[in-house]
Amino acid sequence: MSEFLLEAKNIAKFFGYGFLGRTKFPAVDNVSLTMEDFPKILTIAGESGCGKTTLARVLLGFIKPDRGIVLYKGRNVHKLKRKEKKFFRKEVQAIFQDPYETFNPLRRVDAYLFGTAKYMFGANSKEASTRVEEVLEFVGLSIKEVMGKKPKEFSGGQLQRISIARALLAEPRLIIADEPVSMIDVSLRMNILNMFKDLRERGVSFIYITHDLATAYYISDEIAIMYRGMIVEVGPASEVLLNQYHPYTKALVRSLPEPGKKDEWLKEKVNPPGIEIKEFLVPGCKYADICPNSSDKCRKERPPLFKVGNVKVACWIYQGQFQRP
Amino acid sequence: MKTVLKCSNVKGGYKLSEVYIDAVSNVSLELRTNEIFGIAGESGCGKSTFIKTIYGYIEPPLILKDGSIELYARDGKTFNISSLSLNNLRKNVWWKYISYIPQNAMNVLNPTMRIRDHFAEIYKEHMGLKKRDSYAKAQEYIESFGLPNEVLSAFPHQLSGGMRQRVVIALSLLFEPDVVLADEPTSALDVINQRVSLVFLRNAQRKLKNTIVVVSHDMGVQSVLTDRMGIMYAGKIVEVGETETIFENPLHPYTKMLIKSLPRLGDKTRRMGAKGQPPDLRDPPPGCRFHPRCPYSKPICRKEEPTFLEVEQDHYVSCWLME
Repeated sequence: MSEFLLEAKNIAKFFGYGFLGRTKFPAVDNVSLTMEDFPKILTIAGESGCGKTTLARVLLGFIKPDRGIVLYKGRNVHKLKRKEKKFFRKEVQAIFQDPYETFNPLRRVDAYLFGTAKYMFGANSKEASTRVEEVLEFVGLSIKEVMGKKPKEFSGGQLQRISIARALLAEPRLIIADEPVSMIDVSLRMNILNMFKDLRERGVSFIYITHDLATAYYISDEIAIMYRGMIVEVGPASEVLLNQYHPYTKALVRSLPEPGKKDEWLKEKVNPPGIEIKEFLVPGCKYADICPNSSDKCRKERPPLFKVGNVKVACWIYQGQFQRP
Repeated sequence: MKTVLKCSNVKGGYKLSEVYIDAVSNVSLELRTNEIFGIAGESGCGKSTFIKTIYGYIEPPLILKDGSIELYARDGKTFNISSLSLNNLRKNVWWKYISYIPQNAMNVLNPTMRIRDHFAEIYKEHMGLKKRDSYAKAQEYIESFGLPNEVLSAFPHQLSGGMRQRVVIALSLLFEPDVVLADEPTSALDVINQRVSLVFLRNAQRKLKNTIVVVSHDMGVQSVLTDRMGIMYAGKIVEVGETETIFENPLHPYTKMLIKSLPRLGDKTRRMGAKGQPPDLRDPPPGCRFHPRCPYSKPICRKEEPTFLEVEQDHYVSCWLME
């Protein structure tokens, strides 16, 4: 048995582009992540096109990485035997951004719930239905509200809660949630995030994938910031988001529109990211072209993750320094 | 400060075969010159429908049942938008006096046309300019915004989403209209591009001293960008005031809830989401439309609609608690 619940080692995934997709660029570039075997919420944050969704799909075993391996409880997720696969699918559940795409629009929602319950607990329908009732109650719905309805008859918030209920039926150890609240209205978002927090208390770990740093701060214990396929900073969420070590993290946090930040937000100049594909392919630091303190070294050599306190930062500024300069 | 646009008792919605969706229900609003006015609210509250109505872009199933929308242009002309035909609006009002940036605007550019040809098309349509003249004019114009020159010869797909968005904003300001309506101008962008684009929009507004209406569900964006704002709920505007006032002293229970549920960096205290769902606008609740979810609702809230009251200078609220 491994000491880690989930361990990703040097993951790389290439996608083709250009004429017939013959030229390749790394959507995920040498990413390593670990999750210890106790309940916590790890956020993977980054802008659109940073590779966070691709990484999630690799971790879930949906796509094979071109390099590296993903281990769940010590077993390679992409080389599971049939029985192990069932075990893995039960223990690791996914929640996606758009609940309307999660469900088949022609199928009744309760059929999903009972289908999953029967698959998990065998054909004994009595236990299955008590479990369905339990999970629905947890997400604040009742079986009556769900019975016989199609996905279209629910609001986005309700349907997302149903997809959480479905994931919970399997009694997962780990839930990988890709932008689970970005389509939900602000006033209802908190209900779902609070649910994640409560589930962590009950022993479920989360990988929360998002572009929204404010909600990331609210729920996560640890955070990894991604830029152009790489993790540029990883550590305790409050340390990373409140102190920001990497220049990119700084730019992200400073650009966050928040009440009371008006003057600073409007005045300070920021450089927008450049042409994506070019940045994916540079040999050095991918942020060097935009970074206000980049040097020649940054353009030529890629910085590894340096340890600064309890944070790891991929920036040459922190080479040989164990504290913030 | 002068009024540039006046909506009085606007009632509009979607007429489908058997149902009517009451998306804009008796809304009155005055916009002033030289301001950025924000309209906030959750999905389905009617904010997009409302600005479409202001623009006069009324095509079935959207109908305007009642009310008037008047535009008082800086050159002294007055347009009664609600009574003009689409053709008339297209010819005489749109682009010159009022322009509209639709949602997902960065995808409105024609993928087979270079950016400069988008400019040329509009110059030709509205000023009868020849291609060569319009290219020169477009270059001058785009430089005045501080956008790089190469943008003009690029096809839309060669530009990043943020740059496309800035091009669309620049296009909408081409004839220096009195009012620009922007529907979720940056909801598809990441935070850094969002900031660059919104600062760009704001600088342009400060230069032109016109009026920009920004529809955004994002209260964070509203707080840093707008001068005044209105909160919409279920087809009604429930509170209007200066943005700072709204954030410091929100009075409507719905506004309070929206601001309270906003997570902020550096604050981990447990935040409560709202109970219940927004109402179905096919069959909205009687009285105040927020009463089924309101923690303070009284018997009267269920029966009668509250009036829109000026509780302090420039701060309007529609709630029985205020009376």
